[in-house]
Amino acid sequence: MNQGGKALSDFVAEATEILDTLNKDLLTLDERRGQEVDPDLINGIFRAAHSLKGLAGLFGQDRIARLAHGMEDLLDRLRLGKLVLDDTTLDALVEGLDVLQALLVDASRGETSNTQSARVEGLVSRFTHLGEPTAPGEEDVLDRLELDAQVRAVFTEYEEHRLRENVRRGVSLWRVRADFDLSDFDKGLAELNSRLKPVGEIISTLPSAQPSSASGIAFDLIFGSKVSDKELAEALEGTLAQLSKLAVRPARATAPATPSVPPPAAQAAPPAAARMAASVPATPEAPRAASTRRSGAKKGKASKQPPPAEPEAPVVPVVARETPSPLPQPAENEAGSKGPRVDFDTSLRSLTQTVRVDIRRLDGLMNTVGELLLIKANLQRMTESARQEGTLMLSKAWVQELARETRQLERKLDALQSGLLEARMVPVGQVFDKLARLVRRIAREAGKEIDFLSSGGEVELDKLIVEELSDPLMHIIRNALDHGVEAPEARVLAGKTRRATVSLRAEQKGNHVIIEVSDDGAGIDEHRVREVALQKRLITPTQAAEMSRRELLNLIFLPGFSTARNVSELSGRGVGLDVVKNNISNLSGLIDVWSERGRGTAFQLTLPLTLAIIRALVVGVSGRTYAVPLNSVLEILSVQPKDIRTLERREVLDLRGQTLPFTRLARLFNLPERNTGRHFVVVVGLAQERMGIAVDELFGQQDIVTKPLGGRLQSVRGISGATDLGNRRTVLVLDVAALLEEGMGPERRWA
Amino acid sequence: MGFKVLIVEDSKASREFIAATVESVSGVEAVTTASGFEALKLLPRHRFDLIITDINMPDINGLELINFVKKNPNYRETPLFIITTEGGEKDRDRGMALGAAEYLVKPFQPQSLEGLLRRYLKLA
Repeated sequence: MNQGGKALSDFVAEATEILDTLNKDLLTLDERRGQEVDPDLINGIFRAAHSLKGLAGLFGQDRIARLAHGMEDLLDRLRLGKLVLDDTTLDALVEGLDVLQALLVDASRGETSNTQSARVEGLVSRFTHLGEPTAPGEEDVLDRLELDAQVRAVFTEYEEHRLRENVRRGVSLWRVRADFDLSDFDKGLAELNSRLKPVGEIISTLPSAQPSSASGIAFDLIFGSKVSDKELAEALEGTLAQLSKLAVRPARATAPATPSVPPPAAQAAPPAAARMAASVPATPEAPRAASTRRSGAKKGKASKQPPPAEPEAPVVPVVARETPSPLPQPAENEAGSKGPRVDFDTSLRSLTQTVRVDIRRLDGLMNTVGELLLIKANLQRMTESARQEGTLMLSKAWVQELARETRQLERKLDALQSGLLEARMVPVGQVFDKLARLVRRIAREAGKEIDFLSSGGEVELDKLIVEELSDPLMHIIRNALDHGVEAPEARVLAGKTRRATVSLRAEQKGNHVIIEVSDDGAGIDEHRVREVALQKRLITPTQAAEMSRRELLNLIFLPGFSTARNVSELSGRGVGLDVVKNNISNLSGLIDVWSERGRGTAFQLTLPLTLAIIRALVVGVSGRTYAVPLNSVLEILSVQPKDIRTLERREVLDLRGQTLPFTRLARLFNLPERNTGRHFVVVVGLAQERMGIAVDELFGQQDIVTKPLGGRLQSVRGISGATDLGNRRTVLVLDVAALLEEGMGPERRWA
Repeated sequence: MGFKVLIVEDSKASREFIAATVESVSGVEAVTTASGFEALKLLPRHRFDLIITDINMPDINGLELINFVKKNPNYRETPLFIITTEGGEKDRDRGMALGAAEYLVKPFQPQSLEGLLRRYLKLA
């Protein structure tokens, strides 16, 4: 059923979506380890595995289909109460997700690696052996429920199971009947659901075959609730829903007297099922929180909108447990511990280039385009009238109209541009979610006890930047877990809490987003950093003597620097922080480190909101033109030569009592310097760094689209790309982050 | 005079695959939707010659849709196929008991769906 490349990309796109859902839901399960399991959540995960299996089968992706099938079977047993969700099972599911992700990467590249095939087989057999076999034979409690056989026939196996659970727990069952208009019954049902969910579980939604009127449709909701009849009636007040209670006949003599107690072992209620029954939330609180979430997700899916921001507390703790749960068999154990190794090499980056856009944003863009068409029509009409009147006859009114239309055009183009930029924005939480799962796994392998906190996931950044962020963030977090955070015992000895905290935080500040990864671990030993840097001849002893603590810490970003005495298994990729720094620089961002021995370390990334279209200051130096991204321009000064002085062989400016590093663009790029009486100084800054750049002329502001440079130009430091200024002149765009770094760095390396 | 086939399936790729297969039969038009609710709204607005539905869907399940169609005098004669996957035998059997005409297990060959379509739409 190979339908070529288009089909494959369709498959990858949808499979990615499914895996994202799986990831989110498994993460929620993981966060609630030890708590009662929400049936909706398990059912959602089951549905995702089920869809993936069908999808993969359709596209001939046999390995994915096979693994998804294994997961689906396991989840089916979980949701039908034949198996209890314990740590081992959850770990197996999480690993299944990892392998599915790796398989999808394979599939997107058209590869089939044997390592992954082996993992699939290992996992599938592990899935089958989880849990105990079920003993059949109990009297079906559903037979005691007075429910139309015709209604029962429409239940899926799962719905029947949920009904059975409710009967067994002695929950009152209701039939809620409501009539709606056919045109907007989904709204009415949503309203009804929102009333019902807080007080119980909606087991099934049945469209009634007998319509109340020609343009109407009736629904029967089968609903289980522990609240009193009066409370339920109150919850439904103001709706037209009619309530009728479903009677339950008393159990036969052999059956237990109280329905909430599982039948004695003789009747052989499957032990697993009994435990599941006991672990089902007894209070409606738990399902409420969870079901609102799920319904949110469903809505998003149905209307093809991005999932609405969930009304969660700003800080979501993800508890990563270090206790390695015993794996069933040694052979599988090996496969299990080997697995993640492979994974670290696969990126967390998305496989697709697509962005899901809120339809309202697109509608807004469409509107703007409509208005632009109107302006175009006006201009056409004016051209026509100008042609008829002849060049001499252009009236003052005509010129005024032209000016007005041009202004309109400008305004609308601005709106179109910012609308398009907005459409490219995605929440950084997309990456945070993926990282949270990774943290749990790494912590467990490294034997560390971690609380992982993330906040600011709703902050939006350009899709391109969010994608490029996952690898550097993953690296920094792994460093924190591997080197930063101490082992639990060492922490206790140092008088700290046993569990360490690692936080990931995003915050928008003006045109930039700050992302911070911090830990409360051992901190970085700057003396050790100095020692290593000297040893590796990265700095001279003179430089070392002059360096501040902060400058010393920043040495860890130099290529070839690594304080770890032997490369541990965890950070064994041989990639240093210099690569991380490079990645961030490529995004026109800046990375900074703060650390205090014994207290912890924080890495701070400062990133622009978007790379697509930026406003730039156009400047001239020695007859050449350059563009400076305006988001990093702080102010423009006009200085006399006497304001410039030399400090430690570098030129500096005194600016309101502060010393500002100063550089001449002409010297930087080896251009002939002009002897002008005064300089314009463009003061640029990112995070805490500041610098003055001397230029000859200022040409004003302009919107630019930066294009990457190719070939040899690519490696020129200080230039981030080229742009076209509209008059068909190509100019270079300054890389402010790189300029600032060079200005600060221990040595100047201008090629 | 063309035929209209309603496809209810929440997986986009599957839906498009089924739609492409259906439309490969000349004279047949596919109307697709991802949700059972949407299907309930579409039913009175078109005259469908055949319905193809998935079972596991988020709002109402496929069995409920089958029941609705088969109990409703306006649609009861419309043949209905179920799309299932391996492992969904129980739900599939219930669907057949509710009056579905045929079932297809994913992954299936486009030819088998094509054959069934031709048979039920009485095409050569």
